[in-house]
Amino acid sequence: MTDTAIAASALGKRFGRRGGWALRDCTFRLPAGRVCAVVGPNGAGKSTLLALAAGLLGATEGELTVLGTTPAQARTRIGYVAQDKPLYPQLTVAETLQMGADLNPERWDAAAAERIVAAGDLNPKSRVRALSGGQRTRVALALALGKRPGLLLLDEPMADLDPLARHELMGVLMVQAAQHGTTIAMSSHVVAELEDSCDHLLLIGGGRVRLAGEIDDLLAAHTRVSADADADLAAHTVVESRTTGRQLSALIRPAGPLPDDWRTDTPSLEELVLGHLRNPGAPALAPAEEAVA
Amino acid sequence: MVEYRIDRRSGVATYVQIVQQTKQALRLGHLRPGDRLPTAREVVEATAINPNTVLKAYRELEREGLVEARRGLGTFVKRALGAAPTAESPLHGELEDWAARAHAAGLDREDVAALFTAVLEKHFQGESS
Repeated sequence: MTDTAIAASALGKRFGRRGGWALRDCTFRLPAGRVCAVVGPNGAGKSTLLALAAGLLGATEGELTVLGTTPAQARTRIGYVAQDKPLYPQLTVAETLQMGADLNPERWDAAAAERIVAAGDLNPKSRVRALSGGQRTRVALALALGKRPGLLLLDEPMADLDPLARHELMGVLMVQAAQHGTTIAMSSHVVAELEDSCDHLLLIGGGRVRLAGEIDDLLAAHTRVSADADADLAAHTVVESRTTGRQLSALIRPAGPLPDDWRTDTPSLEELVLGHLRNPGAPALAPAEEAVA
Repeated sequence: MVEYRIDRRSGVATYVQIVQQTKQALRLGHLRPGDRLPTAREVVEATAINPNTVLKAYRELEREGLVEARRGLGTFVKRALGAAPTAESPLHGELEDWAARAHAAGLDREDVAALFTAVLEKHFQGESS
């Protein structure tokens, strides 16, 4: 066993020889047992990263270790739900779960999978093609969780769900993490959707890692400052700063104690994420990098 | 048993909300010594928050000597919480006098609130309320 779920080192992926880089120079480590929010704007490389970790895409450069081995070898222990929730439309719900059991003979947890489907009031005899988007998400999650994965990779899992189903299925995922210590990485471009459920963050922008680490640590490393317009920020790492009249407000990573007359406060996760995305030039912070090297 | 209600827009850290709500239940007598707190599983199923957040809150309550974890059994209330100083206490009276003086000095409600918050921040820095 290993205490690292995913480790990436200088990972890059380019589609086609002359295509642009979807992902470049990604180095981070996701410790086992965490629930990680993979956040970034549309087209940032979130889906590419998850598909690489799931072993569905090969890396163009760099290294990627998943559950202590290559993504391809870890596949039986990975549950992956792609953004479009691919399922066989002609199968019924019950047949889909039976397929899960047949494909995972050693690991299949039929009771867990059936519980998730039953909570959504789905008729086991309904064909997948007749299901709504939210119902399909539920079946896809049941299929992934029934596998009793060590690592669950979910690409925009909550996008199709109404608020009630979203809350309930997020609860199901959290129970999975609490009971089995399953590592979960899920992507979204809506930070607020993941904020309370995740303890780890991977912020991707422009194909690169902008922030990586425990959410508490990342928040603690940053300070929101408001001070007089002539305040000198030079000693600190400035993510963004704005001067309005006589007042300066900034998001910084302090390099030391701050003057007493600056008003300071801890940013919210959303402020932290938006601050970094608005300022692509701001230095990245990925404390876990040392652990990889 | 308590049921936690997480307010995402309160600006208060989620684990602090759990700590506060547990203390509130202890003050009001909804939780008494010997009672079991909900398991992390029960809390996350109902609230969809991260299990580590629940554990962090319970560790904080344990550190304050209010609850204890019993291996394999759960987390149990160790002692009740004394009520906040009542209307008869000297602290209450002093604050009354102070507020009256502030009012007499021409401060309005928001001035007073800002002043009080600033002093509170200074004396209880780093402590969660």
